[in-house]
Amino acid sequence: MSPAKPRKQSFEASLKRLEAIVESLEQGSVSLDDAAELYEEGIQLAKECAEKLKVAELKMKKLAKTLDGQFEIEGLNEE
Amino acid sequence: MFATINQLCVRTMSIRQSEVPMEQLPLIAEDKKALTVSEITRQIKLSLEHRFPRVWVQGEISNFKQHSSGHLYFTLRDEGAQVSGVMWRSRAEGLLFLPESGMKVIARGSITVYPPRGNYQLDVEQLTPLGVGELQLAFEKLKRKLAAEGLFDEEHKKPIPEYPETIGIITSETGAALQDIRSVLERRFPALDVLLLPVRVQGVGAAEEIAQAIVDINRYGRVDVIILGRGGGSLEDLWPFNEEIVARAVYGSHIPIISAVGHEIDFSISDFVADLRAPTPSAAAELVVHDRAELLEILRNYCYTMRGSMEERLSTLRDRVQGVLSSYSFNRPKDLLRESAQRVDELERSLTMKFSHLVQLLHHHHLTLQLRLESLNPKNVLRRGYALVRKQGDLITSARNLERGDDASIQFHDGTVETKVQS
Repeated sequence: MSPAKPRKQSFEASLKRLEAIVESLEQGSVSLDDAAELYEEGIQLAKECAEKLKVAELKMKKLAKTLDGQFEIEGLNEE
Repeated sequence: MFATINQLCVRTMSIRQSEVPMEQLPLIAEDKKALTVSEITRQIKLSLEHRFPRVWVQGEISNFKQHSSGHLYFTLRDEGAQVSGVMWRSRAEGLLFLPESGMKVIARGSITVYPPRGNYQLDVEQLTPLGVGELQLAFEKLKRKLAAEGLFDEEHKKPIPEYPETIGIITSETGAALQDIRSVLERRFPALDVLLLPVRVQGVGAAEEIAQAIVDINRYGRVDVIILGRGGGSLEDLWPFNEEIVARAVYGSHIPIISAVGHEIDFSISDFVADLRAPTPSAAAELVVHDRAELLEILRNYCYTMRGSMEERLSTLRDRVQGVLSSYSFNRPKDLLRESAQRVDELERSLTMKFSHLVQLLHHHHLTLQLRLESLNPKNVLRRGYALVRKQGDLITSARNLERGDDASIQFHDGTVETKVQS
């Protein structure tokens, strides 16, 4: 497994990548330099995932249809 | 039976002839044009059919006849009136029960006028039985039919994404189901976009709205998974989720659907067709996202595992460097080896620093989360003197939803009492 460029990605992709890193570090099949880089990437991914989990508010919107059949995103009528 | 329009005309004419002198009747003066029977009938037809292009009529079937052609003829009646109905063979073939006289039904159709006989009738497109027994029968029949067609087969079930980012919800905007789903998502995994498609979930026309919403959200597309459902209710209330049009729409969806209709004991046709059945709307929300406290725990474990592997590796290296350094037979420059030893130490320091920083961060998230959860726990709110009011299991959030005489239950932090509304 080779180090990858860090990039913005979905939670699932980040987590999957992190799992892969953990696995290859556990197997110890990479060179020390690569391992150090993977470790750093892994820590960074774990941090990103944790940041995402920190979001406190659900973003809720309503899908409405205009007369000509187009879609519009509306806010919800909160009480 | 009803008087036909022709008969009505004759009757009106005879009254006029006997009670009103001819010369006072402006309409039939020689030079003015009287309407022909065909013309008045044409106008009645136009206005009736324009006024009632689609109606739902509730009543009891009487004079039920199935013609050898396959068309069904009957009368719908209540205490005060009746209307003739016809259901053409093509539509009658889709019926999930055999109508008979005495059965209470809801008919959907349009009013049509038949000029040769001068009468009007309800042209029925769809008949739904109102009695529970008939509903059960219709349920079983549709279930068998769709099962035979393969709509429930495992091979058509789409996998539910493990970490959805956008969740579509098809339910009533004002129902308990939406609130339930929302609070579970907020507790478990709020890092989500939720897209609501508000629909009516009971009563006439609800099934069509639900089916259309499924088509719409598929056309819109940017949704990872759909929760379709409503809170508990009677079999009649839940009926739209047992209609064929909804079943076909669920089957046709490219986006995976979790069906969550009523309580745990309620099974609906949409449950069978959907990719996943959840016993209740809250349970659907539990199923669709991971718990973030668990995820934080997993992240923490990953970090410890990574740290462990790196440490092991570094200590092996250190041993090897030491081994070579102290070895009798080494013949390489000492400086290079010292450099290696130093590099190992540096690497370890840097790893340790990054690691402890992250562990602190994760720990902090965990704590905040626990505090938040504690403050969300309704029991704590109840302890402060608030109470939850329910009617037939549904949470009541407005005084308007309770009427005098309603049975209600009030939940305190330490128990529930049953009560009747006085005023």
